[in-house]
Amino acid sequence: MTDARLETYLSDTRRYDELVDSSGGIREHWQPLMDALASNGAGAVRRGAELARRLIVENGVTYNVYADSQGRDRPWVLDPLPILLTAAEWREIELGVAQRASLFDALLADIYGSQRLLADGTIPAELPFGHPNFLWPCHGITPAGGRRLHVYAVDIARSADGRWWALADRTQTPSGPGYALENRQIVSRVFPDLLGDLGVRSLGGFFVALRDNLLRHGLDTDSDLAVVLTPGSFNETYFEHAYLARQLGLPLVEGHDLTVRGDTVYLKTLGGLRRVHAILRRLDDDFCDPVELRADSALGVPGLLSAVRAGRVVIANSLGSGVLESAAWMGFIPAAAQRILGEKLRLPSVATWWCGERLALDYVLENLERLVLKPAYPNQNFPAVFGRDLDTAARAELARRIRARPHAYVAQERLAFSQAPVWRSGAAEGFAARALGIRVYAIATASGYRVMPGGLARIAAEAAGIVSMQRGGGSKDVWVLTPDRKSIDEVNVAGSVPRAATRHDDLPSRLAENLFWLGRYSERCEDKARLLRATLDVRPNAQLWPLVRATCGNFVAASLFDEASPLSLSADIQRLGWCAAQARSRLSAENWRAISVLQREFHDAAKARRDARETLDALLLSLAGLAGYALDDMTQDDGWRLMMIGRRLERLKFLADLLSQRLETGEASMQSELEWLLDIGDSTITYRTRYLAAPALGSTIDVLVFDQTNPRALAFQWHAIEYSLVRVAASLGGAPDDTLDEAVAQVEEMQLSAIEGDSSRAMRARQALAEQLRGLCAAAGKLSDRLCLKHFTLIDAEIRTVAA
Amino acid sequence: MSGLMRYRVRHQTTYRYGGDVAHSHQLLHLTPRDSAVQTCRSRSITLTPEPSIRREDVDAFGNFVTRLEFDLPHDHLDVLAEVAVEVCVPAHAAAEDSIPWEEVRDSLAYSGRPMREVQLDACRFRMESSYVRIKQVFSDYAADCFPPGCPLLQGAASLMHKIHRDFGYAPGSTNISTSALDAFTARRGVCQDFAHIMLACLRARGLAARYVSGYLRTAAPGADAALLGADASHAWVSVFCPPFGWIDLDPTNDVRVATDHIVIAWGRDFGDVSPLRGVIIGGGRHRLSVRVSVQAE
Repeated sequence: MTDARLETYLSDTRRYDELVDSSGGIREHWQPLMDALASNGAGAVRRGAELARRLIVENGVTYNVYADSQGRDRPWVLDPLPILLTAAEWREIELGVAQRASLFDALLADIYGSQRLLADGTIPAELPFGHPNFLWPCHGITPAGGRRLHVYAVDIARSADGRWWALADRTQTPSGPGYALENRQIVSRVFPDLLGDLGVRSLGGFFVALRDNLLRHGLDTDSDLAVVLTPGSFNETYFEHAYLARQLGLPLVEGHDLTVRGDTVYLKTLGGLRRVHAILRRLDDDFCDPVELRADSALGVPGLLSAVRAGRVVIANSLGSGVLESAAWMGFIPAAAQRILGEKLRLPSVATWWCGERLALDYVLENLERLVLKPAYPNQNFPAVFGRDLDTAARAELARRIRARPHAYVAQERLAFSQAPVWRSGAAEGFAARALGIRVYAIATASGYRVMPGGLARIAAEAAGIVSMQRGGGSKDVWVLTPDRKSIDEVNVAGSVPRAATRHDDLPSRLAENLFWLGRYSERCEDKARLLRATLDVRPNAQLWPLVRATCGNFVAASLFDEASPLSLSADIQRLGWCAAQARSRLSAENWRAISVLQREFHDAAKARRDARETLDALLLSLAGLAGYALDDMTQDDGWRLMMIGRRLERLKFLADLLSQRLETGEASMQSELEWLLDIGDSTITYRTRYLAAPALGSTIDVLVFDQTNPRALAFQWHAIEYSLVRVAASLGGAPDDTLDEAVAQVEEMQLSAIEGDSSRAMRARQALAEQLRGLCAAAGKLSDRLCLKHFTLIDAEIRTVAA
Repeated sequence: MSGLMRYRVRHQTTYRYGGDVAHSHQLLHLTPRDSAVQTCRSRSITLTPEPSIRREDVDAFGNFVTRLEFDLPHDHLDVLAEVAVEVCVPAHAAAEDSIPWEEVRDSLAYSGRPMREVQLDACRFRMESSYVRIKQVFSDYAADCFPPGCPLLQGAASLMHKIHRDFGYAPGSTNISTSALDAFTARRGVCQDFAHIMLACLRARGLAARYVSGYLRTAAPGADAALLGADASHAWVSVFCPPFGWIDLDPTNDVRVATDHIVIAWGRDFGDVSPLRGVIIGGGRHRLSVRVSVQAE
């Protein structure tokens, strides 16, 4: 090997090597990649790795690990070097994976139907009946379209002799296809020419097929609706749920966005209830319906099972499909393949012994030290353990446990996974060898299972380590090569999926509500930050300070960083972050990232007790960025309109409140105070443009209240709100809300000429204006309540389970 | 005692909600199933308010279920189940004639050979379920009831005696979500807990047993006191006991079931057959009252 980067790549004779053959040469199908990397110069891979890391952060790709005490999202780890598979090799894998998918679909049909395979001894009754995901309420249901397994995944790895083995099957809600697509999109930017040059198969068609499959079971009209059901933003793979929903062009919903009425599932949208025909779920089996399944599930959809039973909704995968997720099945799959398909199993499982069988039990007990012991059922309090890691006493204890309940234990052979090159940065920069496993996906289509030409490769964190996302380690893109390095139909880069035309009235009410509050909190943060910053400057002014105190009351008293105080800016930034998280599927990656950065920076500043002025400057800059995203970076549908109404309404309320508090004291104003007000209202420049003189009260009020060209003035807000309300009403039906009208009309009638000066008449005029502004502030509050009532009431009150 | 008993049962359940319930789904197991010893002569369920949807169905265990949906605001729900049932004495089954328990256990374990329907059916009731997790303590507790070669029914009966002796009947000490293990640790409970504990012990020994939900006659003729659990719905255990089939044992009262018990439904545990379960949206706090009367004719 001449390549310097390979000096750090150590061979291991116990493993198959993906890159290097037994004589030490680069395998033929890797050569073009290695040549290309070499010709790009020594730093190419290093730069690629850096770019990949940056793109992951920019795109907000995360993997939320429960184990993290901070509960924070961890950035996804992607090694830029792909793993390469030849067309011939892939063909075998593809056939094997599709066959397993067909087999598992048939197995589900049997155990949720006639249970013939249990009666004839092909499958032990202990396997389904002891499994917590075998859901008796689903027995006897024939799903619409007949298919139970719509998305299937299998973890495969290669043994020393070069053969591929199935290690684990995923039949419930296989995670990862979204990460696989995201990996591809990032790697295609890191090595833009390589995918095309090498003839790498595209992933795009797979996702189109997934969506088509979901919608295939509907009424075949334009109004067919499929949704992605997520347990919510605390789930470890929430990023992927949102990402998949976006790629598929489907609404991302939570359980309470759906309702079942008359055996039909509906999505609660801004435009009312919309029938749902198919659900791609990422919610576990028994959480899906608290009426018939786990009663303590707050995440599910009450009555969902009755809609399934009536054949009025397709659920991918069907409820109870998780029953096949156990290593215990593996030993029985070959016989089932013969029995059901009349075929030999093409992709074998790693050697497995289910201890419920007498002979298997004896073998396992004799060979504990060379096997991996696993629970047969996922609800057992027993993590997988390597027999060789146990001392004599622990091994004896394990043997006792197994003998007490043999059917609850499975043993598997330890497989030495193949190794592949990863890029290691730092002092010992270069290629390093890591164990590799690949998750491969298949989806049901009208003509059988279709396998994603690629997958999610996972690598161990350390040289001799275990392949696991939870334990660290990283991921890789999988490049399936075309035979002649040419495109057949779908070669090339990141498949971008043509979006389905998502209708505007698909917008879930809950999402709209969160957008509305995102608007309000963004603006509230800005208002408070502005107020605090302007007021910092005023404090030394002994004359002005008491007046300011009287005007702002609690606002200034509330500490900047005090998270415990509900009035503090800290608290509002938290609320802003929460609303953004709930509305994340509607925010661009950049927008989401800006919000994350804003939160983190403010949090860090608070922790370090950084200079208040500097912190507020930085925060206001970030908030101005959010305002920019709101205007230029979002689809301008009704959800967006409600968000903008939220922003306007908050600004209107804040400024009307501030001015009315000031004016009702009746006192005459000082020039420095007017400057202070203009600063808070961000209207200093506007004022200077219009009036060359130093500020006077009348002209200040004119700029802050009546100036329709000043985007900070009250008049600008109420006109903008009115315009948006008309648009929303036109789209959703009904008359535009007129709650503000009367209060606005009264403010508009006010004369400013009389308010200047020390006379008692002027004082009364100021107080009268204060009164009208208070009325406007109250009307804004009322409008907010009415909008919530009108558009968000489909969001249910508390849901509870009862039993007697 | 005649071989046939006739009963009329009224089972009244009332919810009073603190506020309006906007929408609700309910699932009822309130209609008795028929069996070799039981025939249901009439059955009715009266509901106030009227549901928007009502469906009668049979669940995976062969029980009758009623599914309800209410889509109009309501602040109360009254469910009145009225049934007339005939129960006859089960065929004689001498405990010493039952098959040794190990043979039954082994016949239900996987062998790779075909199973008869009756065996496969029994297999549905010998694994863990959500209320009845199988732990070593249960196996240990039941060990002395099942010495080697002991006829299964003898062992099951002595297990019933032991549970009845060791556990206190204490209404209010547990609730409807108490697991077998929690009740076992607390050493007391109500009929539901007694049944769950006995199921856990039998299944820990590899035997098949199901949870039976039903009613108990208010007072046995000539008896001084009413049986425990007669003022509400009752629960007991049915054990798979070849060659006789399923034999019902009531650990709360320490009796083999004859004609005092009326079966509504059976399943793996309470969760499969709870008389009423549902989800309500809104409603605030609720008050629940249940009244059961069982009258012999």
